[in-house]
Amino acid sequence: MIKYILRRILMMIPVMLGVTIIVFTMMYITPGDPAEIILEDGATPEAVAELREEMGLDDPYLVRYFRFVSDLLHGDLGTCYAIGQPVFDRLVQTFPNTMKLAALAVLVSTTLGLLMGIISAAKQYSVFDNVAMALAMMGNAMPNFWQGLLLMLLFSLWLGWLPASGFSSFKHMILPAVTMGTSSAAIIARMTRSSMLEVIRADYISTARAKGQVEYRVILRHALKNALIPVVTIIGIQFGRQLGGAVLTESIFAIPGVGKMMVDAIKARNFPVVQGGVLMIALSLSIVNLLVDILYAYIDPRIKSQYK
Amino acid sequence: MNNTTNTATSQTLPVYKKRGQGAEIWRRFRQNKNAMVGMCIFLVLVSFALFAEFIAPYDPIEQDLLNIMQTPSRQHILGTDELGRDIFSRIVYGSRISMTVGLIAVGIAFVAGSALGVICGYYGGILDNVIMRFVDILMSIPAILLNISIVAALGTGLQNVMIAIGISNVPRFCRIIRASVMSLREQEFVEASRAAGAKDLYIVMRHIIPNCLAPLIIQATVSIGSSILQCASLSFIGLGIVPPTPEWGAMLSTGRDFLRKAPHLTTFPGLAIMAAVYAMNLMGDGLRDALDPKLKN
Amino acid sequence: MSQQEKLLEIKNLTVHYATVDGTVRAVENLNLSVDAGQTLGLVGETGAGKTTTVKTIMRILPVPPSIIKNGEILYKGEDLLKKSQKEMRSIRGEKISMIFQDPMTSLNPVLTVGDQIKEAIELHTKVNKRKAFELAGDMLETVGIKRDRANDYPHQFSGGMKQRVVIAMALACNPELLIADEPTTALDVTIQAQVLELMKRLKVQYNTSMIMITHDLGIVAEICDYVAIMYAGEVVEYGTREDVFLRAQHPYTKGLFTCIPDMYSDDNRLIPIRGLMPDPSNLPSGCKFHTRCDYKCERCEKEEPSVVEVSSGHYVKCFFALPQNVASSKVSVKMPV
Repeated sequence: MIKYILRRILMMIPVMLGVTIIVFTMMYITPGDPAEIILEDGATPEAVAELREEMGLDDPYLVRYFRFVSDLLHGDLGTCYAIGQPVFDRLVQTFPNTMKLAALAVLVSTTLGLLMGIISAAKQYSVFDNVAMALAMMGNAMPNFWQGLLLMLLFSLWLGWLPASGFSSFKHMILPAVTMGTSSAAIIARMTRSSMLEVIRADYISTARAKGQVEYRVILRHALKNALIPVVTIIGIQFGRQLGGAVLTESIFAIPGVGKMMVDAIKARNFPVVQGGVLMIALSLSIVNLLVDILYAYIDPRIKSQYK
Repeated sequence: MNNTTNTATSQTLPVYKKRGQGAEIWRRFRQNKNAMVGMCIFLVLVSFALFAEFIAPYDPIEQDLLNIMQTPSRQHILGTDELGRDIFSRIVYGSRISMTVGLIAVGIAFVAGSALGVICGYYGGILDNVIMRFVDILMSIPAILLNISIVAALGTGLQNVMIAIGISNVPRFCRIIRASVMSLREQEFVEASRAAGAKDLYIVMRHIIPNCLAPLIIQATVSIGSSILQCASLSFIGLGIVPPTPEWGAMLSTGRDFLRKAPHLTTFPGLAIMAAVYAMNLMGDGLRDALDPKLKN
Repeated sequence: MSQQEKLLEIKNLTVHYATVDGTVRAVENLNLSVDAGQTLGLVGETGAGKTTTVKTIMRILPVPPSIIKNGEILYKGEDLLKKSQKEMRSIRGEKISMIFQDPMTSLNPVLTVGDQIKEAIELHTKVNKRKAFELAGDMLETVGIKRDRANDYPHQFSGGMKQRVVIAMALACNPELLIADEPTTALDVTIQAQVLELMKRLKVQYNTSMIMITHDLGIVAEICDYVAIMYAGEVVEYGTREDVFLRAQHPYTKGLFTCIPDMYSDDNRLIPIRGLMPDPSNLPSGCKFHTRCDYKCERCEKEEPSVVEVSSGHYVKCFFALPQNVASSKVSVKMPV
């Protein structure tokens, strides 16, 4: 098992390297001269040329890429053009907020989604099932940012129960987390239901019933654990979606997270910050995927025996 | 062998009505109420897109500064926005943008993803490894971030948005078709064709592609919905289609500034996005059930 | 035949499924009985309603699609169909237990075999967990598996071993009636023989009655005391093994025997029963077998034949069934195995 985890971590290296290539290339071809952006309007052409020279912007692509990667390995993600702060420090400030939000959103969506999915499957074609699945279908189709605005309108502007923006207390996290969690909850609910329905038809469920087992134990002990594998995959994917969705949700609720930082940075052509943000999110996503794969082993002994 | 027995057998066999595969799928699809609801919404949006000039009562761009932020009334059934433009007309024209982005972005992803997937699945080996690692890399960046990065590099505007969304959808198509091709490659009818001396391209076009069409069609349907959503998201943060073009996400974005004063500016474009995604998801579910009845629960 | 205690008696059982394509008449007016200590073989093609029948006995058919229209299932005189689910749970696994067709799918892949065997013990006896686990180990040894494998997961066992585990699970509470739904179909031939041998031995050891579903007449010949032949949801012939094997009267039963290769005969041609089983949502009128019967007459198409007791305990549902003198028909016929 440990060997497997180590191998997986080793396999993350080329993927992350690939991400650096993509991110670097994207920023490389993005129009706009960083030197001009840093010096702002009214700088003399000489000053711009001098700064270009200093930053090595005139070097060829490969030289610049290798400089980028070697800086990265030394923990240097570059310097923010706007406030001259190292990007690393900015990530340290913003990333925990995004993580907190994403974790809360995953918690909300997993709890809600699993509950809805299990009950819907156990009571297939009941009123609950129909209503829950209709809601899930809607929740899945609802644009996050629109839903965020509607929630804000209702709970902050009209009812005044929850703050509309900022990130200073737990109260501030409720609306954004619900916004981010809704569509994931919908997807998890649908997945749980169909996975459970497939498992419920299996012979070992009939066997458990034939032993005289109580129905809720049949569902929870025998069916759920088997149905969980595709659901865990989906939950992992949802975590990635949350990190991506943070870009929108954080902008709406003015949350000082990686997402808002990146959107602002793109508009200001603040490339190092964008690069740092994308790398950070890609790295967290890879780690989440690894955790999901490890989780499989604890759910399914057949998978555990393959991890050698 | 025994002739009388044979004829007797054919007589007693239950007679099934002969129907083409397409007709059978259509019959199953038609019986699915949800899918039909989805298709109706989709058709409405498509006719908006095709006949916007005839359906929209006003010019979507012309400003009317005397009538700004009107609530829905008889003149303006969905009200007017902050520049006095008719919201309904803008939604009708917005459908054209959304449908174009959805179809073309998915078209790009479909063609590129299928080509890569077939190469990976059919030939395997080093090429497969290289392409799949690249796909892994693309998948390790959330779609919205990938879109943002590509649009930042290429610039905003309809064409670049379609390219960005197309690229970020490639990995999913590639994976689906690769998996189907890999399982099909070992099937006996493919081996038989190969044994009969068929060329690779012929085998792929004649035997492999038709057999992995079902998951591809389902994925394409759902992807049109998600592409519309992605386009709206990009426009919402100001990196997609820019004003004054009537795009649903961009409309939401400007409406946001008037959320308290005029909530209908955000409500209606959001409903339009939701309806489009909802329709595509319903149709995707319906197609899945119709194309592969085994999967239905 | 001595007057034995009837352990299970099914009377006029009718089970339908409501589906999108109409009502499926899975079981129609079925009558069966199992005596204590005896084994009943339930024989028929796929879709004849065998599994529906036994799942109805266990009351584990999913209720929305299936409807029990009519009938009684008397277990020691008590009607199982009138019992609440709670009462049924104390019967399932303890009094009546069931073995499913495929051992690969009837064991839960994410629980250890020990856990799965001890589950029934914990449910029906008042022993603590450790004792239950110990008893589960005993059961494993009874079926010929080392007890220290109780902590292994199903995927670590071979097919035959899995079926042994399933048998151990079913017999864990020493049930009075064991229902086995094609217990050997999914196994290799050599393993089949071992598992059958094991079931025969345990049946005697625990004095368990058994209902054995199969379409393998060889298994019937080896293990069953009584045989019921099912066709399209009905029992068309019922009797002792000898009655059915030696003095079969229903054309369908006869047809089943001519489908089996006979080692001792020079004539190697098999005579299949022509046609297919009728669609259970659209059954023919009259005798349900008439569409495939070589002896059918006009009456068969219109009227449903009643059940005739051709000799004591031997029932046939056919117009052409002839009551016979049991003593006079002792012709020696080879047992097809």
